[in-house]
Amino acid sequence: MTAIAFRPRLLAGWATDASRDDLAAHLARHGPLPRLTPDALIARVDAAGLRGRGGGGFPTAAKLRAVAAGRRRRPVVVANGCEGEPASHKDAALLDCAPHLVLDGIALVAHALGATTAILAVHVGAADRVREEVAARRDRVPVRVEEVPGRYVASEETAVVQYLSGGPALPTTSPPRPGERGIRGAPTLVDNVETLAQLALIARYGPAWFRETGTPDLPGTLLVTTGGAVQAPGVVEVPAGTPVRAVLDLAGGPTELVQAVLSGGYGGAWLGAPAIDTALSHTALREAGSVLGVPTLLALPARACGLTQTAHLVRYLSGESAGQCGPCRFGLPAVADDLTAIACATRDAPAAADRLARRLGLVTARGACALPDGAARLTRSALHVFAADLRDHLRGRPCGGAAAAPLFPVVHG
Amino acid sequence: MTRRLRVDPIACAGHGLCADLLPDHIDLDEWGYPILDDGRRTAPLDPDEIRAARAAIAACPTLALRLDLESGGRV
Ligand SMILES: Cc1cc2nc3c(=O)[nH]c(=O)nc-3n(C[C@H](O)[C@H](O)[C@H](O)COP(=O)(O)O)c2cc1C
Ligand code: SF4
Ligand code: SF4
Repeated sequence: MTAIAFRPRLLAGWATDASRDDLAAHLARHGPLPRLTPDALIARVDAAGLRGRGGGGFPTAAKLRAVAAGRRRRPVVVANGCEGEPASHKDAALLDCAPHLVLDGIALVAHALGATTAILAVHVGAADRVREEVAARRDRVPVRVEEVPGRYVASEETAVVQYLSGGPALPTTSPPRPGERGIRGAPTLVDNVETLAQLALIARYGPAWFRETGTPDLPGTLLVTTGGAVQAPGVVEVPAGTPVRAVLDLAGGPTELVQAVLSGGYGGAWLGAPAIDTALSHTALREAGSVLGVPTLLALPARACGLTQTAHLVRYLSGESAGQCGPCRFGLPAVADDLTAIACATRDAPAAADRLARRLGLVTARGACALPDGAARLTRSALHVFAADLRDHLRGRPCGGAAAAPLFPVVHG
Repeated sequence: MTRRLRVDPIACAGHGLCADLLPDHIDLDEWGYPILDDGRRTAPLDPDEIRAARAAIAACPTLALRLDLESGGRV
């Protein structure tokens, strides 16, 4: 267990005395914010190799430059702390333990971009506690805390932008991306709250320090949520590149025999037992047939039916469709039906498997947002990782866990 | 300059008129929504196809089709 021989960075306060860092504790731990010119800040973020922690892993410096360059109107900064992914709790944990790192990150990018509006978007019910911390600060650009409805797609960046512009919390067609035309038409930087907290550390301690942990391609630490069949599910901070198995060990280890791990959230992909030592990075997980996405690791016990559990998750995702795009609105329920027929090993299962193969192609890359792509990725990975079970189900011989209830939360926000 | 036909998946209501007017580039899926020929949301067009594409764009009742420059800018 080499993974824990390092100091938490974002969750340092939590690790030492299990308490939230209020402004005084935050300043005592990290000192005041450095004054950096816009160019100096972006250069540091670039040299640090910071990638977005909201799921896509896009280089943060490139996003900053794009918004800074297209500046015909004053940009707006949005910190995305909505955490629409039901399996993930890392943004809530971060806002709870180290809210001032996030607020520092917002202040730094707002200054660098010349923004006069900065918004911290959180889920319904989460605003009051953060507002207390905001009120304790004297930021030049005051931060507005806004609550966004708790649906999965409501926190996708174009949905956040439309909602904060006074519209419904639904994705819009892109291009234009928010960086070109965002809130009320202004170029808008939407960054995940963890991304901004990491940026605040980079501004203080520099790119070389940031790269002391993590991998060359994904430097720094990651907040990872664990769940399912582990002793102590929750949020841990680990160096990027830590093997999946080591993260599960940090969560107390498995409670029973585990057959597969779902990585990347409900729109992620299953990793079979042989892939348990895959490193947590975008590249390594992609090579293993999965994704890092929003870092979450859900351990599936051996007694469960992977096809049935996947059917529950796809049914959930289908219910989270905003119903705006035909291939998502009609395709996801059809995919969920096919998968259910397979999971229940009905007589229709072989025909459903053929339909499913075709339909997975029809729902990929045809919606305005990536929700259907995630559902297709999850389904494809299940058909691959649980291939032996699939053969049995298609022969009318489902496994013991085939009719079981969902193991992972599938309640609509 | 190559042009690219793009469908706005939110605006598209699956009327299918476009597939009649541009059958070489547009198929309909089992729910009646257009599949452009890269299998996704856009299709590259030859210069002599622009006229037919404009007819399809004009015929779409929900204004869901548009012509982009290859680089992504809107025409
Ligand atoms: C369906 C859907 C839901 C999303 N939910 C979130 C979310 O809750 N929080 C978040 O930071 N990003 C979310 N994203 C990603 C955002 O669209 C966006 O890429 C991200 O906030 C950018 O931040 P980053 O560059 O710091 O990663 C979601 C994307 C999709 C497709
Ligand atoms: S792809 Fe689905 S969830 Fe995304 S905007 Fe379209 S209908 Fe809504
Ligand atoms: S004509 Fe317009 S609305 Fe009808 S299928 Fe084509 S793009 Fe969609």
